[in-house]
Amino acid sequence: MAGEDPPELVEDLLAGEHRALARTITRIENRSPGYRDLVAALYPHTGDADVLGITGSPGSGKSTLVDKMAKRYRDRGLTVGVIAVDPSSPFTGGAVLGDRIRMASTATDMDVFFRSMSARGSLGGLSTATADAVKALDAFGKDKIIIETVGAGQNEVDVVKTADTVAVLVPPSSGDDVQMLKAGILEIGDVFVVNKADLAGADKTVTELKNMLDMRDGDPDDWEPRVVETVADSGEGVPEFLDVLDDHAGWLAETGRREAQRHERHAEELRNLLLEDVGDLVEAELDARGGVDELAARIDAGETTPYDVADDVVEPLADCLDEQRD
Amino acid sequence: MSHESQRNIRCLVAKVGLDGHDRGAHVITRAFRDAGFEVIYSGLHKAPEEIVQATVQEDVDVLGISILSGAHNTLVPKIVEGLEEYGAFEDTLVIVGGIIPEEDRPGLKEAGVDAIFGPGTPMEETIEFIRENVVRRD
Repeated sequence: MAGEDPPELVEDLLAGEHRALARTITRIENRSPGYRDLVAALYPHTGDADVLGITGSPGSGKSTLVDKMAKRYRDRGLTVGVIAVDPSSPFTGGAVLGDRIRMASTATDMDVFFRSMSARGSLGGLSTATADAVKALDAFGKDKIIIETVGAGQNEVDVVKTADTVAVLVPPSSGDDVQMLKAGILEIGDVFVVNKADLAGADKTVTELKNMLDMRDGDPDDWEPRVVETVADSGEGVPEFLDVLDDHAGWLAETGRREAQRHERHAEELRNLLLEDVGDLVEAELDARGGVDELAARIDAGETTPYDVADDVVEPLADCLDEQRD
Repeated sequence: MSHESQRNIRCLVAKVGLDGHDRGAHVITRAFRDAGFEVIYSGLHKAPEEIVQATVQEDVDVLGISILSGAHNTLVPKIVEGLEEYGAFEDTLVIVGGIIPEEDRPGLKEAGVDAIFGPGTPMEETIEFIRENVVRRD
């Protein structure tokens, strides 16, 4: 979009209008016509915010911790944006987005922009939508942006991977070592937070976590994941947790990993966009051939196989690209 | 643009002021969810400013205010004023549920409330009203 005037909505957003920011995120979430132009216009204004991902099982205290984090950042004079992702029903599309209730410490403070998003179960589009919403908050000028999501499933892991720093919340006594391995959470966390550290079993969980982290074969140049203890309810341990987040941000900057991460993310975004676009092309082609149901019926009847149909649909596309390249 | 737009109706169910009864709000929240809406529940005892903040930031299509305390004549206009300040009043459907005496209703409508649903209103009626009157955003 370089050289063109940014859409009016983006101008209003850059001028600091809360309504424009909210509306921009709605367009991004809904993939309204023209949302891509919006995001493209936001792009040049992004890159200044620290993006933090918070994940953990339901009830591990994510929302309460996010509330305390936001308060601390505000006390330091920093502005905060939060995107809280909650599951939605795959049957009705309906959802109850309840994370906002916990944002008590910063109520009525408009410099904390809190937005609930439902995981609308779209084709892996959740991480794209979240990453784009983060760009809107970044362009708006937020210093710290927090993405909060339930740590279950690939979708959520993809979401949290769009953050610069990832914190994984682990409730005390959350099971034996095997459970942790199974969930595959060790790979994504830069910081592990044993929240509700005042409960029995917290020490054991900390020890287990540390043992697990020791056992992984990391590159010595990599960030050494840290384990912290918090009681989000009372705010205990939160300053120490934020120090670790700052350490990680500093490490990213010093080692040049921040640029590397950004580069990877750009590649990923590009790939996702292309997949989406190509998917649309294929979808249109399927419609032109009588729709997916009709083709599936032929497979039902044993007349053909999915592999043959797929080859058939994609072949002309591939031929066309081949021709272009020559 | 060939992308399919994914539009869900978003609602904020809000409890405002000194009113600790939220069973009705819970029932409404669940019914809205089952109707396919995305519902944000405010929690109890919210100040009008908090409701305004949530409405603006969440960019909801519908603000449903539940009041059983009798303070609707002061609280509702305050919320509407706040919404106007942020340019969020025009395209937000504002509905009120709870105990609202007949004589107060014209005043609330005047203040900007689109509909009032008293006790015993069938849930389908409220949901139907929202579906028909929500201001469509592109």
